[in-house]
Amino acid sequence: MQELLQHLANALLLGSTYALLGIGLTLIFGIMRVVNFTHGELYSFGAYAVFFLEAALGVNFFVAIVVAVIAGCLLGALIEFALLRPIQGADIDTTMLVMIGAWIFMQNSELLYWGGVAKSIKTPFPEAPLQLGLISVSWLRIFVLVVGSVLIVATYFFIDHTKLGKAIRATFQDHDTAALMGINIKGIYTATFALGSGLAAAAGALLGPVFLVTPTMGDIASLKAFAIVILGGLGNITGATIGGFILAFVEELGAGYVSSGYRDAMGFVIIIVILLFKPTGLFTRADRIG
Amino acid sequence: MRKLAGLLASAAILAAGAVTGANAQETIKIGVNEPLTGAFAASGNYVTNGAKIAADEINAKGGLLGKKIQLVIEDNKSNPTEAATVGEKLMVRDKVPVMLGAWGSSLTLAVMPKMMEYKVPMLVETSSSGKITKAGNPYIFRISPPSAIEAEAFGKIIDKLHIKKADFLVINNDWGLGTAQDFGAMFKKHGIKVGLVERMGESDQDMSAQLAKFKASDADTLMVTTAVDQLTLIFKQAAALGLKKNFITTGGSQNPDQLIAQAGAAVNDTKHLVFFVPWVPEATPDPAASKRFIAEWKKRGYNFAGLTESFRGYDGIRAIAAAIEKAGKADPEAIRKAFWQVDITGLNGRIKFNKEGPAGKESGQSVPTVYLIEIENGKVVIPKI
Repeated sequence: MQELLQHLANALLLGSTYALLGIGLTLIFGIMRVVNFTHGELYSFGAYAVFFLEAALGVNFFVAIVVAVIAGCLLGALIEFALLRPIQGADIDTTMLVMIGAWIFMQNSELLYWGGVAKSIKTPFPEAPLQLGLISVSWLRIFVLVVGSVLIVATYFFIDHTKLGKAIRATFQDHDTAALMGINIKGIYTATFALGSGLAAAAGALLGPVFLVTPTMGDIASLKAFAIVILGGLGNITGATIGGFILAFVEELGAGYVSSGYRDAMGFVIIIVILLFKPTGLFTRADRIG
Repeated sequence: MRKLAGLLASAAILAAGAVTGANAQETIKIGVNEPLTGAFAASGNYVTNGAKIAADEINAKGGLLGKKIQLVIEDNKSNPTEAATVGEKLMVRDKVPVMLGAWGSSLTLAVMPKMMEYKVPMLVETSSSGKITKAGNPYIFRISPPSAIEAEAFGKIIDKLHIKKADFLVINNDWGLGTAQDFGAMFKKHGIKVGLVERMGESDQDMSAQLAKFKASDADTLMVTTAVDQLTLIFKQAAALGLKKNFITTGGSQNPDQLIAQAGAAVNDTKHLVFFVPWVPEATPDPAASKRFIAEWKKRGYNFAGLTESFRGYDGIRAIAAAIEKAGKADPEAIRKAFWQVDITGLNGRIKFNKEGPAGKESGQSVPTVYLIEIENGKVVIPKI
């Protein structure tokens, strides 16, 4: 019983960051129809930004996270403006190649600057865990869960209740009509990419201190983000949120009760099973991409 | 414009060719195949820096056979496929007569068929899987202890640790699985029960699921096998779960000082099997050489934590240099034969190869020294047992 509770707590704590990763990617994927291979790199960018601000500039841990997220948004906007805008309307293969190029460039730049050895981020949280009855959880992970959840809710609010969010949704539904209604489509694309990138950077900034920061940390994150998005249905924010939590629970319980050697495989097995029965993902939109 | 670019490119290629051509005549090349990036980057960089120190030392004394030695360093990215690719590149394009590598067991095993194909020997400095020297590959010469030798050495003191039952957490590759098998067998001989054997992927960052299982287990000891980065995470996550066990790590890639720096109090009262003790150089088989190496390492501004790993690169290059000298020429087959006559004292101890594996195509294996250390209040000590 104690073991099961501990597994469930672990999965819950991990799920929020998976959800953040998934939402960020599904926005870009769903709205812009761009297969964003740089998503994992924005994740590692967020982690490195926190490390750099804290270790090199002595910035407060919490401030460093906020700055990292903002920097992630700006970097995302820059990528959209410099790489995607000039090739707008090109076929999906061209866009994919450009994004793969950007991914390789970003990863190797990190490698060049930081070296391959993992970095560890210091946090102001105590090392001793919080005892909740039978289970113990680290303060840092509780912080991650809280901030992750707040960001998820804030994203929902932004998409559902703000004018820009409404414009994003309109563009998603029919970008020609949205353009006719006077929505600045190019601006919406930049904003969407910046938002998605910011969420990836946030996930990195939150998980960097929990784990270790390496130039290749984005690869597995990227893979998982794609899995979550496929699981939840392309372009579906609720799907990505639930998908993120499903993946975390499957991984944790799979590693705990089936085989720890196949932890990562477990998540993908679930995806294969779901796609067999619901080829468009759990929460399907009317249209498909690609 | 395009013509000009083409012209520049061909000029650059010609220039590059000229440079490598000139070098080939003056130097003896030694291929170095290490994980400089990816999951084992920390360890691979330490080993490579140790190798560089040995090479510089040899060159400062006039080199080998009247020529300077030149390390051709390639990054295998902690990935077996890459290890085989860069190994092939070293043998075919750089035409190195001998190599050092490839850190991990799975990485080394991936290079081995290529060595059979191109008939170039490799000195294995870190890998511990028993398979490597038992595969019938006569180009393999290993100075690191296979997990069976490590387990045997640990067996000599195990009774004094009063372990009743041990669980295992091992990296899910040839290294970890081999260790669980060999240490498990040794434990059973000493009447110690073996409980859970859990695995973790090479680049896994969250081991909470496995640790939660150990928390529910009745074993008093947890044996952990992986490299420093994953160990750091394991100790942090174990502390976060309130997991209190007798931790013993194996494999010699722990870099205890890095663990102390990155995981803090979480590593207190843990024990580690290592193959070099830079904290007490006078306890090593060649104290003068150890002190010289440690001083040079510090002079170059490298992290002290890396010494428990970098000595492997240093010993490796020195053993290779001894073989080249005995061979009298930089020829793969001559060097392979000469390895059998190498008998030097490295930082870890005597390097002399015994035959292992199927008759007629034996690999070389030396018998390295193994130390048990403990971390107490953020300091490394040699436990009195």
